Amino acid sequence: MENDERFAIESDLLLEAIYRMYGYDFREYAEASIRRRLTVWLAGSGFASLSEAQGKLLRDRALFDQFVRGITVNVSEMFRDPLFFRALREQVAPRLKTYSFVKIWHAGCATGQEVYSMAILLQEEGLGGRYRIYATDINEDVLDQAREGIYPLQDMRRFTENYQKSGGRRDFADYYTARYDHAMLMPALKNDIVFAAHNLAVDADFGEMNMVFCRNVLIYFKASLKERVLRLFDRALLPGGFLCLGTKETLENRQIAGSYDELERGTRIYVKRYL
Amino acid sequence: MFRAVVMGVSTGGMQALKRVLAPLPAVFPLPILIVQHMSPISGNGLATLLDQLCLVRVKEADEEEVINAGHVYIAPANYHLLVESDGSLSLSAEKAVNFARPSVDVLFESAALAFGPSVIGVILTGAGTDGGRGLQFIKAHGGTAIIQDPADAEAASMPGYALSLVVADHVVTLTDLPELLQKLAALGPS
Ligand SMILES: C[S@@+](CC[C@H](N)C(=O)[O-])C[C@H]1O[C@@H](n2cnc3c(N)ncnc32)[C@H](O)[C@@H]1O
Repeated sequence: MENDERFAIESDLLLEAIYRMYGYDFREYAEASIRRRLTVWLAGSGFASLSEAQGKLLRDRALFDQFVRGITVNVSEMFRDPLFFRALREQVAPRLKTYSFVKIWHAGCATGQEVYSMAILLQEEGLGGRYRIYATDINEDVLDQAREGIYPLQDMRRFTENYQKSGGRRDFADYYTARYDHAMLMPALKNDIVFAAHNLAVDADFGEMNMVFCRNVLIYFKASLKERVLRLFDRALLPGGFLCLGTKETLENRQIAGSYDELERGTRIYVKRYL
Repeated sequence: MFRAVVMGVSTGGMQALKRVLAPLPAVFPLPILIVQHMSPISGNGLATLLDQLCLVRVKEADEEEVINAGHVYIAPANYHLLVESDGSLSLSAEKAVNFARPSVDVLFESAALAFGPSVIGVILTGAGTDGGRGLQFIKAHGGTAIIQDPADAEAASMPGYALSLVVADHVVTLTDLPELLQKLAALGPS
C-alpha cells in the first residue's frame, strides 16, 4: 500500500540522516521490529510523519536521545532465564575461580538487571573483589537507570523467583531495601562495575575479557551487523573465555563459530578455544 | 498464491491446534506461523508435542529462519514473533502487547506488512482481545480473515472481539477449518 511504501522511504531516509548526524547506525537493524518501534514512537511523538520528525531530530539532541530510547528495546530482568544463570553458577564460576582476576563485558546491558545479577552471583561464589564488570549500552538514558540500581518494587517478586530457581544461596531480600513502591539494590553491589556508553554498530572493542555477555541484543540486528558484533566480541575475548548469548540466539552458521564450543547444548554459553 | 497462514490462539489452544493441524497433509502448500499465549506447555514443548501428532512439521520458531511450506512455526515463550518481507522470521523481547508476549497483534501486523494480500489470518479460541486489531490490519492490507465461530470456541472473547472489528471472510468451526485452509491454499487470494 502507498502508506506503507511512504513509511518505508521515510524511515530509510531518517535512519541514514541519523547515522550521518550522530553516528548511531540503525540501518542494519532487523526490519520488522525496527519498523514497529518507529511506528510506536511516531504515534506517541506528536509528529505527523517521520519526515516531519526528521528536521527536529537532527537539531535537538534531547529529542534524539528520547528517540533512541523509544526505538530500542530495553526490557530486562534480574536472573532472566534462571537455568542460564544456574549453568553460570555451577559450571562457569568454578572455572572463573581459577583466575586471580576476571574481566567481564556486558554489552547491551539496558537498565542493568543482568549486571547486578552477575555481581550477586560472583560474590556468592567467592569471587568478591576479584572481578571488574564493564557494562555498556548505546543508550545514555538506560545507563543512568542502571547506575541507580532502583527498580519497581513489583518486579521483585519475579526477580526473587528467578533468583531462587537459578540456585541463589541467600534470601534475595538481603540484596535490596524497599522504599515506597521502589526497591534499591544494595550499594555495595555497584563496586567494581563501570557503566559506559558504547555503540556495538560503530565503536571498537574492549580488550582482554574473560567473559562477554550479550543477551537479547543481536536478535534486533540483521545478519551482517550480527557478524560485525560477533567479530568484535571474538577480538575482545581471551582464549578459554566465555561468550553468553540469549536463549534464542546462537553461533550456528556464524563466521566465528569454529573457534567456540557450547558449554552444554542449549545453554548459549560458548567457550573460546585455545588455538 | 498465498505466502503464509498466521494464527493466533490462547485459552484452549492446545486442543484447538491439534484439531486444526493434525488433518493437514505433510505437503500443505503454505507455511503456518502461530502465536499461542502462555499455557502450561508453550514454545518448544508445545511444538514437540504437536509435531508428534501432525504430518506437517511443527517446530519452535528460530530467528532468521526462512519459512517453508509444510512447516508450522510456533512463537517461543517470552518472545514476540515477527515475519520479514523476505520470508524470514525475527524475534523481539520488547514488552508485552495486550498483556501478551508473544502477541498475536505483533505477528499479524508484521505479516500484513510483509505479505499484503497474500496472507491468511486466523483467530481461534482465547480469552482477552489480542489479535483483533492485527486481523483488522491484515484485512486493510487485502488479506483474508478467518475467525473461529465464538459459539464453537472454548473461550469466546478473542474470536468475539475480532468479529466486532472485522468483517470476516469466513467464520468456521474447528472441524471445518482444515478443509477451508486447504481449499484457500489451492485457490490463492481472490
Ligand atoms: C533487550 S535489552 C537486553 C538487556 C539484557 N541484556 C537482557 O537480556 O535482559 C537490549 C539492549 O541493547 C541495546 N542496544 C541496541 N542497539 C545497540 C547498539 N548498537 N550498541 C549497544 N547497545 C545496543 C539497547 O539500548 C537495549 O538496552
